[in-house]
Amino acid sequence: MLAFAIRRLFEALLVMITVALLAFVLFRYVGDPVNQMVGQDTSLEDRLKLRHELGLDDPVLVQFARFIANAATLNFGISYQMKQPVISIISDRLPATIELALAAALIAVALGIPMGVYTGIHRDSWLSKVFLTVSLVGISLPTFLIGILLIYVFSVWLHLLPTFGRGEVVSIGFWRTGLLTVSGLKALILPAITLGLFQMTLVTRLVRAEMLEVLRTDYIKFARARGLSERAINFGHALKNTLVPVITVIGLQLGSIVAFAIITETVFQWPGMGLMFIQAVQHADIPVMAAYLMLVAFLFVLINFIVDLVYVRIDPRIRILRRAA
Amino acid sequence: MSEHPPVIPQAEPKARLSGTSPDESDLTRSRIGAPLASVSHRSVRDDGWRWLDSDLVYSFTRSKLVMAAALLTVLMLGAALLAPLIAPHDPYDLKSLSLLDANTPPAWEQGGDARFPLGTDDQGRDILSTILYGTRSSLLISLTAVLLATGLGVALGLWAGYAGGRVDAVIMRAADVQLTFPAILTALLIDGVMLAVVRNTTLEAGKFWVLVISIGLAYWVQYARTVRGVTLVERNKEYVEAARLIGLRPVKIMFQHILPNVLGPVLVIATINLALAIITEATLSFLGVGLPPTEPSLGTMIQIGNRYLFSGSWWMVAFPGFTLALLALAVNLLGDWLRDALNPKLR
Amino acid sequence: MAEPVLSVRDLKVGFPIRRGTLVAVDGVSFDIAAGEVLGVVGESGAGKSLTGAAVIGLIEPPGRIMAGTVQLSGRRIDDLSPEEMRKVRGRRIGMVFQDPLTSLNPLYRIGDQIVETIRTHTGLSERKARERAIALLQEAGIPGARARIDSYPHEFSGGMRQRVVLALALCAEPDLLIADEPTTALDVSIQAQIIALLKRLCRERGTAVMLITHDMGVIAETADRVAVMYAGRIAEIGPVREVVQSPHHPYTKGLMGAIPTVATQAERLVQIPGSMPRLTAIPAGCAFHPRCPHAFDRCRRERPERMPAGASEAACWLVAETAGAGA
Repeated sequence: MLAFAIRRLFEALLVMITVALLAFVLFRYVGDPVNQMVGQDTSLEDRLKLRHELGLDDPVLVQFARFIANAATLNFGISYQMKQPVISIISDRLPATIELALAAALIAVALGIPMGVYTGIHRDSWLSKVFLTVSLVGISLPTFLIGILLIYVFSVWLHLLPTFGRGEVVSIGFWRTGLLTVSGLKALILPAITLGLFQMTLVTRLVRAEMLEVLRTDYIKFARARGLSERAINFGHALKNTLVPVITVIGLQLGSIVAFAIITETVFQWPGMGLMFIQAVQHADIPVMAAYLMLVAFLFVLINFIVDLVYVRIDPRIRILRRAA
Repeated sequence: MSEHPPVIPQAEPKARLSGTSPDESDLTRSRIGAPLASVSHRSVRDDGWRWLDSDLVYSFTRSKLVMAAALLTVLMLGAALLAPLIAPHDPYDLKSLSLLDANTPPAWEQGGDARFPLGTDDQGRDILSTILYGTRSSLLISLTAVLLATGLGVALGLWAGYAGGRVDAVIMRAADVQLTFPAILTALLIDGVMLAVVRNTTLEAGKFWVLVISIGLAYWVQYARTVRGVTLVERNKEYVEAARLIGLRPVKIMFQHILPNVLGPVLVIATINLALAIITEATLSFLGVGLPPTEPSLGTMIQIGNRYLFSGSWWMVAFPGFTLALLALAVNLLGDWLRDALNPKLR
Repeated sequence: MAEPVLSVRDLKVGFPIRRGTLVAVDGVSFDIAAGEVLGVVGESGAGKSLTGAAVIGLIEPPGRIMAGTVQLSGRRIDDLSPEEMRKVRGRRIGMVFQDPLTSLNPLYRIGDQIVETIRTHTGLSERKARERAIALLQEAGIPGARARIDSYPHEFSGGMRQRVVLALALCAEPDLLIADEPTTALDVSIQAQIIALLKRLCRERGTAVMLITHDMGVIAETADRVAVMYAGRIAEIGPVREVVQSPHHPYTKGLMGAIPTVATQAERLVQIPGSMPRLTAIPAGCAFHPRCPHAFDRCRRERPERMPAGASEAACWLVAETAGAGA
């Protein structure tokens, strides 16, 4: 188990370094750090002096090392556009995205799994057909379109929910949460549904496909031959065998919610990291882009790692084989 | 917008006993009683049209939904490609636009103008024409991007699978790293970087290629993995060994001999990819980093229209949105059907 | 004579396909008495497994029983509701399949799987059921049953797993056991052990057995009677001794001839020319006539009924001729 963990850790590190390299190249060579920081009439001498002070004359490897050291201490430089330290912008926006992501993940799993199980068991019922149509729509339509549609129906037309923003927030330490106010919760609903719908669709399809596969196996056939009730077969045997392999894929999918938040935050003007990233791209704000890249990579790698460990734990075949090995 | 997990069957297993072998047609007697035909029930068409009797076509004509989707796709494709001929106005001709025409509702509403059947946007562009041209742009970009992704992915997959060793390790490692991120993020990143680089030049046409490259590079991985897998299997077969012994160069072996075996799965991936590419392009445009408002695609139109949604100009969002939805749904349905039809496991 | 445990009459199983219906089992009839082992042999595709599936009611849709009856101890079971049939399965009919690895749920301990089955069919408490399970495993020859009852399937070897599978199939004490290729997936050395175990367990309980296999050796060892199936029909059925040593149906003769024995002097193995017809192209008349060295006109026109031949029955016009001529 330990050897496995160490190996995965090593691979994770490899990915992080690759991404860091990309971010560094971005940071250093695309656009010019010096020109972004100074005005147009700064003299050439002053520019050269600034270059030297910033360490831009040092060998590349040294600069890369410095970049990584900085990143490790969460120093990502100054935003070109907003003239503030990148890390402060990020910490300002992080809670909004996290809350949105968690809400979306909850919707995706709490609705997706039951729908998947139901459509796997009752393949031909009309309710299954409804679910499958919804899932087809959810996976075909672009997220932003769904968001706009929801806004139009529930905000503009029915006036039930707010059209943009987070509503009122309450500060707990540095974390500004919208979960403790009614307006905050109301504002969370539409974005969470928009963000979660696509994931929910994926989960439904995944669970359904796995369920159908499992229901065709020999051990289910044998269970039927032993006279076990449909209930015991569907929810005892089939469900467990469906969820175990699927739970890891779901975990990975949920990780990508943070990236998809970019679109949802843009549609709803939700003040999170996604919106920050889009604005950075629109203004060629390289430090913010690089920092976002590193952060998201770290998050994905972390989730991948955790999911791997969890899977080894819950599948008895692997667990026991590893113990024996 | 994320990759579909590979080879997960999406439909129920169909209990089909017959494959596409010629034997099945030799039904000399029906089992129910009297002979069905005194001659064996071979395909009555001659060789050129034999494929019409195949299982693929059968499954196609069985499903009305899929046929409708295919028809719709063809219609939209046709309309889009013929846009310069059938559109009533040219929305890219900035000189022909008049701000006086801006924000006109559709022709059937009060205040509408028969010249602009679906209304105009905030610059006075005819929505119908813009939709036609926009769909055209979207489709051109998506198709080109898919070609790029396919070409790149297949080539890399063949190389990795055939050469093995270091090459294989490097390519697959790159694939793994890229796969940790959703494709949309990769596309966004490449797009952003290229925009930052290209910022100082004034190449408007460059936007087309920026998008093509962004989307193409975001989606090569699935092809590479699948093709690599097949190549690894084929590489060990005798005909490849024979080709090597004859002295054929590796490139020739890869492309002439192994490639045909790979085309089936690649086709399925490409169809799904097309749907994803269309959505990705629309998303990028909506986010403001795709096609500009001066030569808008469906995504850009939706972004512009979104700003006017609350002031009541619903048509600026509704029609492009509806078009995009139809397009995405149609291509998705086709892709789903194709994947099921070509999946040997469900036969 | 006591009533047979299993009585099948004119069973027909078919699959609707787009050009009509495919009949895979075409008018099969046989009985199995209590404690008797009936072997069902034939090539792949002859319809043996489907017949077994039809008896226990586990044919996969769209396949279905099209005609005929299946009676268990005198009562029809082919027309029961799904819920009633479920109660029959496990409790009155048990079934084991070919591959012991895939027959057991890999995520559940074997003890839990046995206890679950026992408690589904009896009212035993958890503890009592567990004791019963341990006893069963011991009977099935699993060493250290008390400890190993909490192991997972992949922790056992192939032979051990099949023992567990047998224990599972018999734990509710059914009257009939259907064994579908129970040894095909096992090493040859293990096969004999499993067959011996099967024989012993069933003999002790007086369970009737329908042993489906393509391995004549297993049949010769284990069965009391044997039915030879070809193209969905029974070609010959009778006591195992007679069918093996003096077969009447040309197909059976071919089968027996094809088995090399130590005594065989021939240089080459005897083969029946051709192959079994596909379900979509079953010949008219006798299904075997295209490959039969003795086929004559009647064979091509009329499908033969089963006719007595010695202590067996064979579906062959030859038998009718010789019986008519010889008697």
